[in-house]
Amino acid sequence: MNPRRSFAAGTGLFILLGFAALAYLATQTSSVANFSSGPTYDVVAQFDNVGSLKDRAPVKIAGVRVGSVKSIQLDNQSMEAKVTLAIDTRYNDIPDDSFAKIMTSGLLGDQFVALSPGGSPDVLKNGSRIVNTQSAMQLEDLIGKFLVGGSSPAKSGSAGAAGGGKSGG
Amino acid sequence: MSADMKAGAPRGGMLVDGLAQVGACGLFLLGMLGAIPRSLRHLREISRQIWFVGAMSLVIIMISGLFVGMVLALQLYYTLSIFGGTAALGTVVALSLYRELGPVITALLFAGRAGTAMTAEIGLMRATDQLAAMEMMAVDPIAFVATPRFLAGVIAMPLLANVFSMLGLLGAHLVGVTWLGVDNGTFWSNMTSNVDVWKDIVNGTWKALAFGVVVSLIAVFQGYTAPPTSEGVAYATTRTVVFASIVVLALDFVMTAFLM
Repeated sequence: MNPRRSFAAGTGLFILLGFAALAYLATQTSSVANFSSGPTYDVVAQFDNVGSLKDRAPVKIAGVRVGSVKSIQLDNQSMEAKVTLAIDTRYNDIPDDSFAKIMTSGLLGDQFVALSPGGSPDVLKNGSRIVNTQSAMQLEDLIGKFLVGGSSPAKSGSAGAAGGGKSGG
Repeated sequence: MSADMKAGAPRGGMLVDGLAQVGACGLFLLGMLGAIPRSLRHLREISRQIWFVGAMSLVIIMISGLFVGMVLALQLYYTLSIFGGTAALGTVVALSLYRELGPVITALLFAGRAGTAMTAEIGLMRATDQLAAMEMMAVDPIAFVATPRFLAGVIAMPLLANVFSMLGLLGAHLVGVTWLGVDNGTFWSNMTSNVDVWKDIVNGTWKALAFGVVVSLIAVFQGYTAPPTSEGVAYATTRTVVFASIVVLALDFVMTAFLM
C-alpha cells in the first residue's frame, strides 16, 4: 500500500508541476501579464498614420502604463485612423487637451501611445476625443528627409561655419 | 488483432508491408480508444504509468531544457547583436521555445526516455507470455496494459513540454541577462508584449498533445506487436525511436503550417 501511495503522490505532484508551468508561462510571460483587470473608460484619438501600432499596445503617461489600445479602425469620412484607447478608471483626471503621440520603444521595439498631459481644467471622460495627435514616426520618411531635404541645410550650415572661421581669421 | 497482423506481414513488398503496419496501427488506436472506459477503472495503474513515463522523465527534460535555453540565448544574442536588436532576445527565445523547440525536443526525448521503456516492457510481457496469461484470466491486456500507458503518455507530454519551455526560459535568462548583460526589464517587457497566449502557448501545447498521442501510440503498438524473441524486442525498441522521431518531425511541419 505504501509504495503505491507514494506513486500516487508523486504523480499528483508531477501533474501539478506541469500545470503550474503552463500557468506561469501563460500569465507571466505573455501579453496576459500586461492586462489590467480593473475597469476602463474609452477615449478616441485620430491619427494621420498609426504606423505599426497594434491592438493591446500600451498607453503611457510619463512612461507609466495607464491603459491599452482597444481598437484601430479607419474613419471613412476623414480617411484617418481612429484609435480607441481603454484607460484605467484609476487615472480619471487626465486633462482633455492632452497630446497623444505614437512612439516607439527602442529602435526595434513595439509602438505605443504616449499621452502628454495638457493644462485644461476639464478631464477626459468615457467617449471623449483627443484632438491633439501626432502620427507615428515613419523610418522611411526620416530616411527620405535625410537624403533629400535634410542634406542641404547641413551642408550650408557647415559652409557657413567654415566661412565664419575664415572671416574670423 | 495481432493474428491479423501476423497473417498480413509476410505477403507483398515493402510498400504493402508498410501500409499494413499503418493500418494495423490505426486499428490498434481504435481498439485502445474503445478500451478507454474499461481502463478508466484501473485509475491507479494509469497514475502509476504517469509516474514512470512523466515524473521519471522530469530530470532529463529539465536539464535539456536548461541547456537548450542557454545555447539559444547565446546564439541569438550573437545574431541579434549584428542588427543591434538584442532587446528582442527574450521575445525570440520565448517564441522559439513555445512554438517549436519545447514540443519537438520534448517529444524526441520522450520517445527516447519513455517510449523505448514502454516498447521493451510490453514486448517482454508478450515474450514471457504475461499477456497470454492475462487473456487466460479474462483480463483484457489492451485495457489493462496498452491503454493506461497510452493515456499516461498523452497526459504527460504537454506537461513535460511546458516544464521544458519554462526551464529553457530560465536558462536563456541566466545567459542573456546575468551573463551577457541584456537589461532585465527589456528582456521581460519585450517578451510579454509579443507573446500571445492563444497563438503561441496554447498552440504549442496542442502540438505537444498531438506528439504525445503519436509517440505513445507508436511505442505501445511496437511493443504489443513485437516478435516474442529477444531480437524482436530489440528491433521493436529501435523502431519506436526511429518511427516516433520521423513522425514527430513531419507532423510538426504539418501542424505548424495549419496552426500559423
